[in-house]
Amino acid sequence: MEVVLALLAGLMVAAAVYLMLWGDMMRFLFGLMLMSNAVNLVIFASGRLTPGQPPLLGAGGKLPETAMANALPQALILTALVIGFGLFAFALVLALRAHHSFGHLEMNDMRAAEPVAKSADPQE
Amino acid sequence: MRALRETPRHSATAPATSGGDKVAHPVQTHIFNKISPTGHFLAPCGIYLWQSDPIYGRTPHESPLNPMATPDAKPAPSGLIPVALAILLFVWFAQFAPRIASGEVIRAGFDWAPSLGVSLTFTLDGLSLIMALLITGIGALIHLYARDYMAGHPQFNRFALYLTAFMLAMLGVVTADNLMALFVFWELTTVTSYLLIGFDHDSANSRRSALQGMLVTGAGGLCLLAAFILIGEVAGTYAISQIPDGALKNSLFYTPITILVLLGAFTKSAQFPFHFWLPNAMAAPTPVSAYLHSATMVKAGVYLMARLHGDLGGSGLWIWTLTLAGGFTAVFASVLALRQTDLKTALAYTTLMALGTITLLLAAPVPYALTGAIAFLVVHSLYKAALFLVAGLVDHGTGTRDVTLLSGLGRKMPFTALGATLAALSMAGLPPMIGWIGKEVIYAGGLKTPMPLLVIGAALAANALMVAVAYLFAIRPFWVGKTRAPHAPHEGRWTMWIAPVVMGLTGLGLGIYPHALQQLVDPAVVAIYGGEAKAAGLHIWAGLGMPFYLSLATFTLGALIILAAKPLSGLIAALSRRLPVFDAGWDSFLRGLKAFAAWQTGVIQPGKISLYFAATFSVMVVAIGLPLVLMLDFGPLIRLPDLNPVLMLISILIVAGTGLVLRTRERITAIAGLGTVGIGISLIFILFSAPDVAITQLLVETLVVVLFAVAALRLPQVRDMTPALPRVVALPIALGMGAVVSLVTLAVTATPFDAHLTDWFAAHAYPDGHGLNIVNVILVDFRALDTMGEITVVMVAAASAYALLKGLRRTKGSPE
Repeated sequence: MEVVLALLAGLMVAAAVYLMLWGDMMRFLFGLMLMSNAVNLVIFASGRLTPGQPPLLGAGGKLPETAMANALPQALILTALVIGFGLFAFALVLALRAHHSFGHLEMNDMRAAEPVAKSADPQE
Repeated sequence: MRALRETPRHSATAPATSGGDKVAHPVQTHIFNKISPTGHFLAPCGIYLWQSDPIYGRTPHESPLNPMATPDAKPAPSGLIPVALAILLFVWFAQFAPRIASGEVIRAGFDWAPSLGVSLTFTLDGLSLIMALLITGIGALIHLYARDYMAGHPQFNRFALYLTAFMLAMLGVVTADNLMALFVFWELTTVTSYLLIGFDHDSANSRRSALQGMLVTGAGGLCLLAAFILIGEVAGTYAISQIPDGALKNSLFYTPITILVLLGAFTKSAQFPFHFWLPNAMAAPTPVSAYLHSATMVKAGVYLMARLHGDLGGSGLWIWTLTLAGGFTAVFASVLALRQTDLKTALAYTTLMALGTITLLLAAPVPYALTGAIAFLVVHSLYKAALFLVAGLVDHGTGTRDVTLLSGLGRKMPFTALGATLAALSMAGLPPMIGWIGKEVIYAGGLKTPMPLLVIGAALAANALMVAVAYLFAIRPFWVGKTRAPHAPHEGRWTMWIAPVVMGLTGLGLGIYPHALQQLVDPAVVAIYGGEAKAAGLHIWAGLGMPFYLSLATFTLGALIILAAKPLSGLIAALSRRLPVFDAGWDSFLRGLKAFAAWQTGVIQPGKISLYFAATFSVMVVAIGLPLVLMLDFGPLIRLPDLNPVLMLISILIVAGTGLVLRTRERITAIAGLGTVGIGISLIFILFSAPDVAITQLLVETLVVVLFAVAALRLPQVRDMTPALPRVVALPIALGMGAVVSLVTLAVTATPFDAHLTDWFAAHAYPDGHGLNIVNVILVDFRALDTMGEITVVMVAAASAYALLKGLRRTKGSPE
């Protein structure tokens, strides 16, 4: 079953990278979303998959009879989800702002930080 | 070879103000304030400079830090600290002299980075002791002198600190036994000399000279580092004293090691063709020049050649390189010295001559020649430091360093004249000065080298020229003609003139009683040559012999050059105009370097983010994928998945959603696709027993869709633009990344599972965290700090988003 998740994550990452390389900020945001999801899948799969047995203890902290699901990756993914959301929200606002300032969303034409060099020697 | 570039301040037309007036011209002050935020502190120096020009009517070459700037300033008491330190160190080193003279070698130290074989070990043998005594002895006098010279300078303390650091770094160079420690000290001298040469940082000329010196010697330092690493690899040790005999000479790497070491030494000791930085280095305040040119900095290169002589010397490569470079530098520099009119510049060129001579004598593995090298090193340090200090005193007392404007100063500046004369006699090699003995030994040693004609020829020419330079620059201005100077000459404070006088008297004393020097030269030659080396005897009267006749020839030739000085100087000037100008060559080299850097930056950093993404992802694919493909055993990876029908359905959902996002041009469709993927993923979480994660995922996914939908109203449609990268480039990178992620996940899940942590959390969740939901306990208890960080990240993101949105609204309202 981990194999399926591995393949799914690979497919999503490939799609995400392809979207990011496009040079369009909107597609970049789609890619970002896909990639965060893919990475969560990778973390989840690497902790092994256990169907039907959530990591809950019985009364008094008693361990259940059958093996429980791995709790650690779940905790990590919860953190990652929230941070991924924060990142996405910020990127989205950045896109709004960029569109407002530049009038377009073509990332390669956003050159405020690295303006097109006019002379051979940027210091002169 | 124009050594001095006029500073912009000198070449500017100066307004006429009355001399001695301390009121700054408003324009000047204004300029100074513009140049530097600390301009008003430096304004007093500037007043002097601007006023000096109209008095002399020509570029006067004063140091911008001339103490006349504040004639009434008291020397800072803090300046006595380095003096005391230097004297203490001198005495401390001197008490080892009897033990060293008896052939003992003193070692001390501790481990520094033992795992790298780097230790901070120090050796004190004859060679190190001579250097250490010169560094601390001359250092003490120079610190004393500088205290007056720089009196009233607002940054005097900084200056004293730099100079002290420089002195200590230099002591480290000459006593370190570990090559890596030596390298560190070596680079420290480079850095501190940069600070000192560029001390007058308001002057573009100073900054340029400092940078030039640092780049040239720094490049040499890098060569040295490479050489030291090679030596460490070949010899198996970084300790100089433990390099086995012949280990380097018999190694395959002998030639590269020697070339790299010599590059380091030649750049530091300013041997041709790396000589050009040294005359420029006189942009430093005069006490610094005196120190840099005599006992320190330039002597580091010579010291290194002497130190590694036993391990690297003796081969044809070593002998020929040193003989040719040293001989050429010596003659070429003394010829150029003759045509100068500025005292300091002339002295700077004679330093090149002295370094050339020492290099020349270090070429051959002949104890006699090595004696000459060491003796001359001492001789030169003493007279050169004295003469530079005299130049500073003359500058101070008369307002100029141009010898054509000076004559008969002896009557008005008797002590300076005494120091100058003693130093000049030593420089010219007249008896009974130590310089006489040094010259005799040079000739005696030169006769014993494998190429006596070449060595003697170069030494004779250089020495004769030195006789002329000594007369023209250090005797004539003081003793010939009527007193003539642009400014009524006056003597400096005793703390200033004492330094050259003491150095001159030391030269005289060692000449009369050479035995004292002999005591140290003997172990020094042993240190350089090794084993049974016998140093030449230093005698004031060595008897009639070839060296004596050569000395006579030197004086005769020197006298002839003095008589013909005027026409010769013109001839040299005409000749040197035809020679390639190294200083200008340096400038074009730097320009070329900058242009190359700009071109390279343009290629590597074109400012297109798609290319940066492509580069980043490609590196990841190669760096992670290549080792995976090369090292991974694919056998266990190929497992048939359990065909769980629910998982298959979810997978189809996710694949379809991903495809939708990839293909569509409609914003809403894309958002729907993303939502589908998100829901698919939360279904996976539910399927595999992660209810908390699934809930959060759904929540986040919903929020994302809502936010996106709101934002999309303000954003344009997904444009039907052509991709920034052609598909043939983008597709392999994307597929490669996907493959790498899949492979890593497969590789991880194929390894045996280590349940160590999982079990620990399960076992401790209730007893320690009092919770039954292990995931919750981990988040709020065991990894609470992580959760706190996560909340912080979200807060920061929210605050930043708010700031960006606020700006958006405001600018929207503006009429623009």
